[in-house]
Amino acid sequence: MAEKLMKYSDAVKEFDPVFGLETHVELCTNTKLFCPAHIEFGGEPNTQLTPVSLGLPGSLPVVNQTAVDFAIKLGLALHCQINEWSQFARKNYFYPDMPRDYQISQFDKPTNGEGYLDVELDDGTVFRVPIERAHIEDDAGKNTHIGGADGRIEGADHSLVDYNRAGVPLIEIVTKPVEGAGERVPEIAGAYVRAIRDIVRTLGISHGRMEQGNMRADVNISLRRKGETELGTRSETKNVNSFHGIERTLQYEIRRQAAILDEGGEVLQETRHWDEATQTTAGGRVKSDANDYRYFPDPDLVMLHITQDHIDEIAKTMPEMPRERRHRLQNEWGFSDLEMRDVVNADALDLIDQTVKDGASASGAKKWWLGEIARSANEKGVALEEMPITPADVAEVEKLVAAGKLNDKLAKQTVSGVLAGEGTPAEVVKKHGYEVVSDDGALEKAVDEALAANPDIAEKLKGGNMKPMGAIIGSVMRATHGQADAKAVTSIVMKKIRG
Amino acid sequence: MAAMQNNDELIKLSAAEMAEKIRNKEVSSRELVDAELAAIDAAEPTLHSFLHVSADEARAQADAFDKRNAAGETEGLPELAGVPIAIKDMIVTKGIETTAASKILEGWVPPYDATVITKLKAAGMPLLGKTNLDEFAQGSSTEHSAFGPTHNPWDTERVPGGSGGGSAAAVAAFEAPLALGTDTGGSIRQPGALTGTVGVKPTYGGVSRFGAIAMASSLDQIGPVSRNVLDSALLQEVIGGHDVRDSTSIPMDVPPLAKAAREGRKRDLKGMKVGLIKQLGGDGYQPGVEARFNEGVKLLQDMGAEIVEVDCPHFDYALAAYYIVMPSEVSSNLARYDGMRYGLRVMPPEGVPQTAANMMAYTREAGFGDEVKRRIILGIYALSAGYYDAWYGSAQKVRTLIIDDFNKAFEKADVLISPTAPSTAFKFGEKMDDPLSMYMNDIATIPANMAGTPAMSIPAGLSDDGLPVGFQFIAPQKRDDVMYKPAAALEAALEEQWGGPIWQSLKTPWLGSAK
Repeated sequence: MAEKLMKYSDAVKEFDPVFGLETHVELCTNTKLFCPAHIEFGGEPNTQLTPVSLGLPGSLPVVNQTAVDFAIKLGLALHCQINEWSQFARKNYFYPDMPRDYQISQFDKPTNGEGYLDVELDDGTVFRVPIERAHIEDDAGKNTHIGGADGRIEGADHSLVDYNRAGVPLIEIVTKPVEGAGERVPEIAGAYVRAIRDIVRTLGISHGRMEQGNMRADVNISLRRKGETELGTRSETKNVNSFHGIERTLQYEIRRQAAILDEGGEVLQETRHWDEATQTTAGGRVKSDANDYRYFPDPDLVMLHITQDHIDEIAKTMPEMPRERRHRLQNEWGFSDLEMRDVVNADALDLIDQTVKDGASASGAKKWWLGEIARSANEKGVALEEMPITPADVAEVEKLVAAGKLNDKLAKQTVSGVLAGEGTPAEVVKKHGYEVVSDDGALEKAVDEALAANPDIAEKLKGGNMKPMGAIIGSVMRATHGQADAKAVTSIVMKKIRG
Repeated sequence: MAAMQNNDELIKLSAAEMAEKIRNKEVSSRELVDAELAAIDAAEPTLHSFLHVSADEARAQADAFDKRNAAGETEGLPELAGVPIAIKDMIVTKGIETTAASKILEGWVPPYDATVITKLKAAGMPLLGKTNLDEFAQGSSTEHSAFGPTHNPWDTERVPGGSGGGSAAAVAAFEAPLALGTDTGGSIRQPGALTGTVGVKPTYGGVSRFGAIAMASSLDQIGPVSRNVLDSALLQEVIGGHDVRDSTSIPMDVPPLAKAAREGRKRDLKGMKVGLIKQLGGDGYQPGVEARFNEGVKLLQDMGAEIVEVDCPHFDYALAAYYIVMPSEVSSNLARYDGMRYGLRVMPPEGVPQTAANMMAYTREAGFGDEVKRRIILGIYALSAGYYDAWYGSAQKVRTLIIDDFNKAFEKADVLISPTAPSTAFKFGEKMDDPLSMYMNDIATIPANMAGTPAMSIPAGLSDDGLPVGFQFIAPQKRDDVMYKPAAALEAALEEQWGGPIWQSLKTPWLGSAK
């Protein structure tokens, strides 16, 4: 059932889109939010449990202080008001993956109040996203529906519940309605979530992997006619779990809502779902018969008291934030905006930074990570950081090149060897006997032989025509099994033809 | 080891006396357990105090303790080491079925122990079994147990009070020297009053709630049941103290309770100011209850206490506020009984979609009794959007005002007193069709729960109808020791007046076979 869509460019010409994101970030604490159950991705179902995380009768929650400190870190990074007193509340609703049939979340007294995040777009524009709150809550378990199509609950024969995830700490970052983004709504939203991802990774509070469910977002969007100030009726698309999904959800919803409003219709306030396969959103629950969650303060937990001293302590441990760091590194490395963007988009920033720290030049480090290694990673379909080569390895290769011990070709072969698991660069070099022939005697002999074997070329060179120099170098390379230093060969040839 | 004693003599010893005999090697823990199990066998067909008797576990625990005792390895254990105890079936016990007297939990065997159980085990105190209660501790008569009511040993036609009627009846009828209860609005103290036993609700946060099945988390507190004041003091010292697994647990040591109780037995209350709560008494209180209470006040005065009247105007709203706060928390705490993970599961009948939501609905419909459903519905209503401020919000404000009343009262008095319950034990069915009159039973006990203050009930003699009357002491928060002294003093004075402890008047024809 295809829905009517307006052309995107027309939609944003006629309407002013206002969006909001609720981004859930799973914290990487060792244990759950309210009990000492160990957390591990991909564990056997229903093995990471305690009486508390299973909600057994009589069990009581106790707050994991590490999770609170993680929240404070995030609050500081997002310039949030960190509240001296915050409180956990019960959000009551029945669902099979909820062990207590209520979620413990923060309601009217979140740990982090208002803040903002400056988001940098590809063209260098900075857009300020206002943040309403960033509160702590626990995750539910995971339902797996068996017997239906695409693992959906509709038509399923039965469902399995895994409570390993139940009780894992989350921070939900809620933006205020973001106004003034215009046609750049999808771009800004995408950049915002990427920035959040970079921040939580930099802070070390989350793995920040969307594909593993460490991050997901509820995407809210409404349209109003240009010039109006009142917000339109919004749709909320739940649990979108990729950057592209978030961008495309917004694009799709803007086009869909514009088509409805354009015909004089009304947008339903409803919960929708992003369908990756069809690249569309589909309607779900209508919000008018929304759940009444009957929030009330959780009497099993006392209020969290966060002193300024404690905040100051944590502030001292805050690392440099990603945006500031990018600017500093770009300066230090002397990269252009375009080069820097390539580095960031390739997820190579940390790798290059470390490679430079290990002794390589910035351009040298970039050349390897964005070249040879990126190509190989692409072929294998794995992330750069998962490739079997370390920044130290790359720096070592670069150092050998700088010292004239490897030429480009040998360096490439060395990197390939490391990627193939043949060992460290030193081991690969040793194994294959890679070494630049810089012994003048051996090179001179090879040059003499090459010139003698190609008298016509020798003549041209003597006559000042340098074009065929490559042929002589190639010949010397073949003779030395590629181990000659091209620069050294050239200077010997020059010496010979002039002598 | 001394010669095996007569069971009837053994079971009528106080817990402290049993402990002393164990220390002197006059009796073994195993002999005490066997004596109590025999009493339980004899009494249960008449009383039904227990839902589950853990005879094998109790014997094994007693044997293990006796072995340690013989080897001299019991040094440093609490005074009550080796003395058996009964546990309200609202407290989880690893490996022993725990039901909260509800069909929805029938057959559930917990995989862990409550903190208080861990402490009892560490003290070498054998667990005799799990006692009866109103379903999920909701009720004042034990008639709401899904597994049948408990009978009051003083008159088996009457209720033992509730919700902890099982623990109270078991201790009153010598089936156990000690028991644990839980008190949310009076569930330890009111049954104490109706069965002539001592029942204590400690300071909120004084005893860990970890492993106490939640009814209303901000009000629930585990506490002792015994036949005399000292025994409760000794037991509270075993189970009390800070627990990192309960966020609401107070990080402080248990005050010196047994010392206070022993001090009280000297019957010297000079310098103590006792506050008579103006709002708790008079209209609605049975004349026999008032008479015993007034005699008790006179005895306190005779021992040197100064009696002052204290005004707690907001106590008049305590019951109403309680019936907002408590059901609200109940509605949330009891949500987890949904058939998914443990306990009862009822699938929808044929023709009804076999969904998780329907399964939950059919399970809860079949698994909960009427009173529990009534409170869940009340709670859901009170917490609903648009009603929250008017109901739950207002009730919490009343709670603050009650705390203010207490604070002012404790400026004038060291300890406060009132009758524990407005009447003596009532007959089965008398209040079952009238929830409000049932709720009125807790009118004097609820304020202490709302404020988190410690409170206890001791027997104040028998009313004209021959049934026990309860006398309540309330102390300031964290000062449980303050109430133990006058309670023990009054107990001693009453023993003189009545020619011995009240329980001596109890007739136990069913124990014939245990002798």
